[in-house]
Amino acid sequence: MTSKKFGRRHMAAIAALALVALLGCGGGGSKVEKLTIQNAGSDTMVNLAQHWAEVYAKVDTTVSVEVSGGGSGTGIAALINGTVDLANSSRKIHADESERARSNTGNVPVEYIVGYDALAVYVHKDNPLEEITLEQLAEIYGAGGTITKWSQLGVNNAACAKDEIIRVSRQSNSGTYEYFREAISHAKGQTLDFKLGSVDMNGSKDVVELVAKTPCAIGYSGMGYATPEVKMLRVKRTPSDPAYPPTVATTQAQTYPIARPLYMYASGSPSPHVQRYLDWIHSAAGQKLVEESGYVPIPHDAAGENAGNP
Amino acid sequence: MINRRRFETLIERLIEGVVWFCGISAIVFVALIFIFVFREGAGYLFKGLNLREFLTSPEWYPTSAANKRYGVLALIAGTFSVTALAMMIAVPFGLGAAIFISEFCGAKLKETLKVVIELLAAIPSVVWGFIGLTVMNPIIIEVFHAPIGLTVLNGGIILALMSVPIIVSIGEDSLKAVPDSYREAAQALGCTRWQLVFRVLLPAAKNGLLAAVLLGIGRGVGETMAVLMATGHAVNLPTSLLDSVRTLTATIAAELGEAPVGSEHYQVLFIIGILLFTITFVVNLVADLVVRGIRGK
Repeated sequence: MTSKKFGRRHMAAIAALALVALLGCGGGGSKVEKLTIQNAGSDTMVNLAQHWAEVYAKVDTTVSVEVSGGGSGTGIAALINGTVDLANSSRKIHADESERARSNTGNVPVEYIVGYDALAVYVHKDNPLEEITLEQLAEIYGAGGTITKWSQLGVNNAACAKDEIIRVSRQSNSGTYEYFREAISHAKGQTLDFKLGSVDMNGSKDVVELVAKTPCAIGYSGMGYATPEVKMLRVKRTPSDPAYPPTVATTQAQTYPIARPLYMYASGSPSPHVQRYLDWIHSAAGQKLVEESGYVPIPHDAAGENAGNP
Repeated sequence: MINRRRFETLIERLIEGVVWFCGISAIVFVALIFIFVFREGAGYLFKGLNLREFLTSPEWYPTSAANKRYGVLALIAGTFSVTALAMMIAVPFGLGAAIFISEFCGAKLKETLKVVIELLAAIPSVVWGFIGLTVMNPIIIEVFHAPIGLTVLNGGIILALMSVPIIVSIGEDSLKAVPDSYREAAQALGCTRWQLVFRVLLPAAKNGLLAAVLLGIGRGVGETMAVLMATGHAVNLPTSLLDSVRTLTATIAAELGEAPVGSEHYQVLFIIGILLFTITFVVNLVADLVVRGIRGK
């Protein structure tokens, strides 16, 4: 229904543009049709992207931004097929995806970092555990890892009678899943797979909700999804390093070990109205919304250089 | 006069054609769906896929960075364990309810029960899944001191609740179809009500009752959303009712959306579709043979 409506509007926009071009901008009085920006991808970023689109509608009334989710893979697939102007992704585009986009649309995707997301490690609020190392996470989640009980982490998780760690993870195509796998692989210095038997949820919010109801559980999800029923662990790079909580400050200082950039990809160099939107996202106003949505804005000194520099 | 008759013949032919098309449309659709699913998966099925590993390995790593492995044994075990548990709960309850409604209860209670059971059938599967995730999960943790409540037990109970209405309504229909003369004859011979049910009605209605159970199994194997949410979606060979599992259907639902079209992963998901097709076909075939066997005696 919406897509039908949109299609008509899109056609109207194209028709209007053609008309303006034909008349050589002589019309003057003719009504200006809205330009649209198609924006799809990462589920992690969908709330943020919608927030941007809503506020931007007031900033520039000639442009409307249409946002949809579906996952990082979905967004990049749409970019490859040429059906979106901007793809949201919580992971870097793969080399083969970039290559397919080039052969399909003739344009190499251009990357923009639009913010950061700290991946928090959640446990139930009654769990006495306070901090964890990346290597312990690798032993818990990675294939061949040896940690399966809370007592192995040195805590007595009284609410969890069987002492068993229930691993909550994400479905295998999510950008969050891939990023977490990379993070624990990095800690072990080898390419890891996840241990089979984790409970795989289909959304960032579902992970936090399940952990809130399950005293034995541990899970990972964006720090923006925290609720009072769960506890975010402080994370250490190695046992001798200090432990940092996931916050805006620790992410910007790059001391929190599991934080990742959030990307937008354009197909080739973007058209002027898309470029204006990206510039606005990198401006102070756009970055303020990043923090309001529970993510981490680009540090001030880096924002300027990033904006015009794909 | 002649014109009018010709016109009527034409209408007759037209209606015949429409009815004929309606009749074979089911076959056409099934054939088209099968061709589509098969075509999407066939490339990898015949070239590249190690069928033995596919069916006997529990290692499902479709997006591994190091070594992609497609083993669906754990998924098959998940589907069968949840369906089997659901049937163990739903068949006695469903058939019991059908017998009670058709033979034992009064007219007023009968109407109320039928309406309520129909209402049960009208609850969408995603709502059942939500109940499994938010209501049953804490209850199972509390009652069994299990580490997590998203388990075979949870999925089985939810699926049983979803299949009971089907089993009841079809079971009740088939009991109703037994002629009253059977009941009268049995009573005239001095049967008690239990003897009437077990010795007369159940043998007389067994085809319909079997159909009811098989439709319930079909629902169990095919159900996706509710089991996706209630079983924990964990690739795991279950050893007890309190283990999380993942089913074939839930895997397709969760992963197809983001698998790049035409990739190995995408084709393997369609091969799982072919596998589901085969399972359903075998269940129906067995059912058909059993029913024929019963009839033959």
